[in-house]
Amino acid sequence: MAEKQFEPLIIGFTCNWCSYRAADLAGMSRAKYPPNIRLIRLMCSGRMDPEFALKALRSGADGVIITGCHPGECHYLEQNYKALRRYLLLRRTLKQFGIEPERVRLIWASAAEGARLAQELTKAVEEIRALGPLSWHNVVAADGDRPLELQHLEEVAA
Amino acid sequence: MSEERVGVYVCHCGSNIASVVNVEDVAVWAKEELADQGVVVARDYKFMCSSLGQELIQDDIKEHGLTRVVVAACSPHLHEKTFRTACNRAGLNPFLCEMVSVREQVSWVHTDKELATNKAKAMIAGGVERVVHHQPLEPLHVPINPATLVVGGGIAGIQAALEIADSGFPVYLVEREPTIGGHMAQFDKTFPTLDCAACILTPKMVDAGAHPNITLLTWSEVERVDGFVGNFTVTVRKKARYVREDVCTGCGICIEKCPVKVLDQNFEAGLGYRKAVYRPFPQAVPKYPVIDTENCTYFKRGKCKACQIFCPTQPNSIDFEQKDQFIQIQVGNIILATGYDLFDPRRIPQYGYGRLANVFTSLEFERLCNAAGPTNGDIVLRDGVTKPKSVGIIHCVGSRDRRYNNYCSGICCMQSLKFAHLVKERTGADVYNFYIDMRTAYKDYDEFYQKVLEEGVHFVRGRVAEVTDAARKPGEEGKLIIQVEDTFIGKQRRIPVDMVILSAALQPRADANEVAQKFGIACSTKGWFIEKHPKLDPVATMTEGIYVAGCAQGPKDIPSTVAQGAAAAARVLGRIQMQELALEPIRASVIEEKCSGCRICNDMCPFNAIIFHEDRMVTEINPALCQGCGTCVAACPSNAITGTQFSTEQIMAQIEGLLMFNVEGELIREMAYA
Repeated sequence: MAEKQFEPLIIGFTCNWCSYRAADLAGMSRAKYPPNIRLIRLMCSGRMDPEFALKALRSGADGVIITGCHPGECHYLEQNYKALRRYLLLRRTLKQFGIEPERVRLIWASAAEGARLAQELTKAVEEIRALGPLSWHNVVAADGDRPLELQHLEEVAA
Repeated sequence: MSEERVGVYVCHCGSNIASVVNVEDVAVWAKEELADQGVVVARDYKFMCSSLGQELIQDDIKEHGLTRVVVAACSPHLHEKTFRTACNRAGLNPFLCEMVSVREQVSWVHTDKELATNKAKAMIAGGVERVVHHQPLEPLHVPINPATLVVGGGIAGIQAALEIADSGFPVYLVEREPTIGGHMAQFDKTFPTLDCAACILTPKMVDAGAHPNITLLTWSEVERVDGFVGNFTVTVRKKARYVREDVCTGCGICIEKCPVKVLDQNFEAGLGYRKAVYRPFPQAVPKYPVIDTENCTYFKRGKCKACQIFCPTQPNSIDFEQKDQFIQIQVGNIILATGYDLFDPRRIPQYGYGRLANVFTSLEFERLCNAAGPTNGDIVLRDGVTKPKSVGIIHCVGSRDRRYNNYCSGICCMQSLKFAHLVKERTGADVYNFYIDMRTAYKDYDEFYQKVLEEGVHFVRGRVAEVTDAARKPGEEGKLIIQVEDTFIGKQRRIPVDMVILSAALQPRADANEVAQKFGIACSTKGWFIEKHPKLDPVATMTEGIYVAGCAQGPKDIPSTVAQGAAAAARVLGRIQMQELALEPIRASVIEEKCSGCRICNDMCPFNAIIFHEDRMVTEINPALCQGCGTCVAACPSNAITGTQFSTEQIMAQIEGLLMFNVEGELIREMAYA
């Protein structure tokens, strides 16, 4: 019997004006994507506090998707650029924690791109599936305080 | 254990949701498993949005004393208002209702029923966890100032201003040139009816100039825009005319007496002359002239004053000491009708404009065949006397060309056909039109094309490679030779003509980006102002209270421009009639005690809603300017900024709820309150 496929759990953050509407459009045009993604609506990708991503990863998500309006098309003029900066920082931070930065992804989607959003989400699920479950046990010590990676580095240094 | 009493309502949406999600199961589950989170009642219903469905919720609010409502149905963009209103009717603050989109995000996009049902449950858990953190809110009411600012006095701006003024509301019409009228005032005839442009435009200009509700601010530019929808404060720089508008009668004696002749690059497109004190054309509105300080002898050498000496008014209208004035006006809405610039054909050197005398731009030709123009309407070569025996008209100069502009300027085909007709009618010359595709959509346009075809105008399909004066064959001497591939016969042709007219593209104003920034609206990479929706909201912008009309939004002909001007006016009038605008109370605010004064948030806001108080070293957010994006909330390192309706607590709780169980439906986390 084939082994059961790993089903990653992914939290997606959408902006009210573009990507949430793209998700609406994906529905209206009956575009399909896997049910592994659960979406949260924000007013703007600029509201995306990197802590939300950390919270999701800490609470059982295997990946996080941030979506927003295309650059230059932000409803609030330029806040998606701020989202982009935070996203890049977040990926770096995750890497330092020993977590694959690919678990956090950024997708730009306009309100007209329902089908494209569905495709991108599908792709994201497959790629996060390939990374396997996010295992904090390999990253953080049992007491939950110290990152194991650091402990390992200390040993090497010594 | 939550203290709130939550009601969960799961909609079947006919079979739209119920065919994929086991809605009955979801409702039973919610009541049992989410009881600790405060769920006291959970129901499923065929159509939640129907009046019976809404009554179901209203009755429960009253009977069960619900303090929060979660509706799992379609997208909130569709029915959030419906359910908020239902809650309100039952006495529950509408913002205590949360919608979960199990149709657009579950049943319509997933096929596996079990997994879809699991996801629906998780989403409802997220909604329930979130809704307990909701706060009762009141919509923000802002009064709407009935005055309107129209920027740009071309036909779009004039139309918009007149529509609003005729309805009885005040309008400020700001124009950067000395007169209103815009490009249309320069044209000779308008296609396809061949009405004289001045005959149909000048009465409107006069109406706008004399209208008791219109304050005309010509020779003026908007310097600064503050405020928000309903309450803009606009600073206008009224440039010095050196002519007193309060006493000048517009008699024109100063213009007559002025000894300085200046080539008019602006209105006459470099074909005619004006004086140093001038008005662009006789029917200018307002009638007051302007002194061009760069060319005026008095301003250059401190002598002359002929205009002042001959001015017949008492007191004298000429005032050399006049300074720029800054006027502040209060308006509720703004219409931007700033028009277009013409593509500079010098950028295509192979067409020879500026090098070969008898290559003209479309605007030059308009002036040339205008009876009020420099040649009194005679179509002649640059020497001013010779009538051309053959004329080549080149379409798509700077449009539909990857090197310059990809887009179609829309009007050039019709304009070129109009030129062809006028040349034929007035000179009898041979006319060649060089086109890529003939685009004559819209009412009576193709009929006009047919007519021009019947008049014997030649049409050559192909993009012109070169216009040259280098003769190679007999018959080409002294002519302009148009080198083109005739794509219908697949051959290179050389067509000698006396005159070439370049139908230049319409381009965004050179300062469009700057203007867009000033008014806080979006601009495409090209420079056209972006409308709220290209089809369904063509004159509004993403910025509340700011509308666009005419070519500033994209190239268009006069009928569409006028339609947009009127449409923008209609939108503004609708707003004015409302008197008050209710805004979503999604706003950020600073908890002063927590603010460390680090000022990280200060640069985050594109709406200038964040003010820093130097004295107290704290930041404050102006709720009237705040648009609610939440970027500053996310930026604050001390969690001193909260955003209503999207607070950190709400989102964190929703994350927890969504992650209650995994894709297969196995519980992966104990709920926060369990």
